[in-house]
Amino acid sequence: MTSSEDLRTPPSPGTSAEPGTAAGTAVEGATGTRLQARGLRLGYGEAIVVDGLDLDIPHGVVTAVVGPNGCGKSTLLRALGRLLKPRDGEVLLDGQRIDRMPTREVARIIGMLPQAPVAPDGLTVADLVMRGRHPHQTWFRQWSPADQEIVGEALEWTDMRDLADRAVEELSGGQRQRAWISMALAQGTEVLLLDEPTTYLDLAHQIDVLELIRRLHRERSRTIVMVLHDLNLAARYADHVVAMRDGKIVAQGRPAEVFTVELLADVFGLSALVVPDPATGTPLVVPLPREG
Amino acid sequence: MTATLVRPPGRRPVAAGPIGGTVSVRSVVVGLAGLVATAAVAVFSISHGSFTIPPGDVVDTLLGGGTAAQKLIVLDLRLPRILAALLVGAALAVSGALTQTFARNPLASPDVLGVTNGASLGAVAVIVLGGSSVIGVPLAALAGGLITATIVYVLAWRRGVDGYRLVLIGIGVGEIAIGGVNWFLVRAEIIDATRATIWLNGSVAGADWDQVRPLSTALVVLLPLAVATAFTLQALQFEDDVARALGVRLQLAQAAVVLTAVALAAAAVSAAGPIEFVAFVVPQIALRLCGGSRPPLVVSAVLGALLVSGADLVARTALPGRELPVGLVTAIVGAPYLLWLLVRTNRRTT
Repeated sequence: MTSSEDLRTPPSPGTSAEPGTAAGTAVEGATGTRLQARGLRLGYGEAIVVDGLDLDIPHGVVTAVVGPNGCGKSTLLRALGRLLKPRDGEVLLDGQRIDRMPTREVARIIGMLPQAPVAPDGLTVADLVMRGRHPHQTWFRQWSPADQEIVGEALEWTDMRDLADRAVEELSGGQRQRAWISMALAQGTEVLLLDEPTTYLDLAHQIDVLELIRRLHRERSRTIVMVLHDLNLAARYADHVVAMRDGKIVAQGRPAEVFTVELLADVFGLSALVVPDPATGTPLVVPLPREG
Repeated sequence: MTATLVRPPGRRPVAAGPIGGTVSVRSVVVGLAGLVATAAVAVFSISHGSFTIPPGDVVDTLLGGGTAAQKLIVLDLRLPRILAALLVGAALAVSGALTQTFARNPLASPDVLGVTNGASLGAVAVIVLGGSSVIGVPLAALAGGLITATIVYVLAWRRGVDGYRLVLIGIGVGEIAIGGVNWFLVRAEIIDATRATIWLNGSVAGADWDQVRPLSTALVVLLPLAVATAFTLQALQFEDDVARALGVRLQLAQAAVVLTAVALAAAAVSAAGPIEFVAFVVPQIALRLCGGSRPPLVVSAVLGALLVSGADLVARTALPGRELPVGLVTAIVGAPYLLWLLVRTNRRTT
């Protein structure tokens, strides 16, 4: 295959479902859905974290999953990336169960970055980004000129070119996250799942990373699903918001539809004002001081 | 587009038709230098002994020439021993490189998978119980090592095997095996206890063709297998979720790596007894010489062969008229290195 196309041509629109089935109403900019969860039951050991969850990921937009700590949002993301085997139910990609698809094939369509991933000691940025090509390589073809070109472009695009020879562990938090996103870009997947991509970053670097993710969506047509803690950033950078509590989806839709005073009280137990963000017009959550 | 080409530092792409990979220039240089040094040690070791044969004649005899006496000494008496040292060293080092990469821990070695201690228990048991004439010490060691490693793997299994849990359980089970070894030693007749202790120190002194043949057969299969796992090792060295996201079938890939590492270690230990520190030290030395993010497999094999053959030479010649166990020599090299590594790791994390 000419894998260099992975980076350039916009992925073809999804085919498997009607546009907008995700929220009941059309998600603006979405082209149907490719990734779906049906009756998902997820857990670790004895504990069941998510039970009976249905979700359609709108294709071609940025989706943010929000919810209080322990509500199962990271667990859901891991199941969508087939890193966690469901106890019951299924995750479908274009209507096919992902656990029955070859893992390498899934890895060419769905990419996933866990929260604060750690690179092995001594691994350079260029090596890390090259590892993104792993699902496209075989035992006897561990390098090709196309791989090299894609890696070079991914480094350039994330502005990591000058740091390519540096060890990942020497980088600052923001640079490190950019290196991992560069690897995900080189993997060339249409769908990218990100578990709290802004963890441990200061506000300026959080904005940098989220702007990069937005560019990934806009310029590279990636479908993004990210777990985010900061509601205001979720409102600003996501087209579609999924709010979870106790392993269930309690609301989803455009940020303005989801971030309401009632929902914040209900899901987060937070009394807050919601005002328009003076910079972008998206909802801005202003928590009220607790009484007493 | 040439402007965007980024070459991983120090690596040269090698491509021919549908085949392609990258080769580290430094690894090639280190590997070749290691090979030359190993060959020199081997020739010197064969030439040296109670009856000295000039190195030129050694090479000549190895290539098919030489007198009848030289043939007897070189090919039948001394060559098996040096071959055993080379093969055991290579096997242990590669086993260590695989274990350290998959456990993501530079302090790991096949010892923590229970192989070595299990093999010791098997060997000491047949020596003390007097069964060594029936199944032979190497076979008992092989069985002990493989059985113990299997127990460790099964105990560590919980919807898959986590590297950290595998190491902890391996250490625990290994300690139980050591308890068994000590119990046998206390009960043993003094002659058996001496024999067992000699075995426990690790030695290639008595190696003959009957030991070298099965060992080399095992390595002909296992070493290429180990190199073949290198592709998945690139992904396995990441945390589990990243490896899975890259399309690796984690449990299958891990099992293949662990099985190869265990088989290599078991083959080496059954041939020569537990030779300390080789599996642990050599991959880290190879890593530091070659650079990169994980111990190189081929260079580890070369340096392992060099270390054990060199240590055996020292063990034979250090004290006139007396032979030291080769395991003692490798321990003298390895123990300070372990301390240095621990001190260094501590400094970095605190």
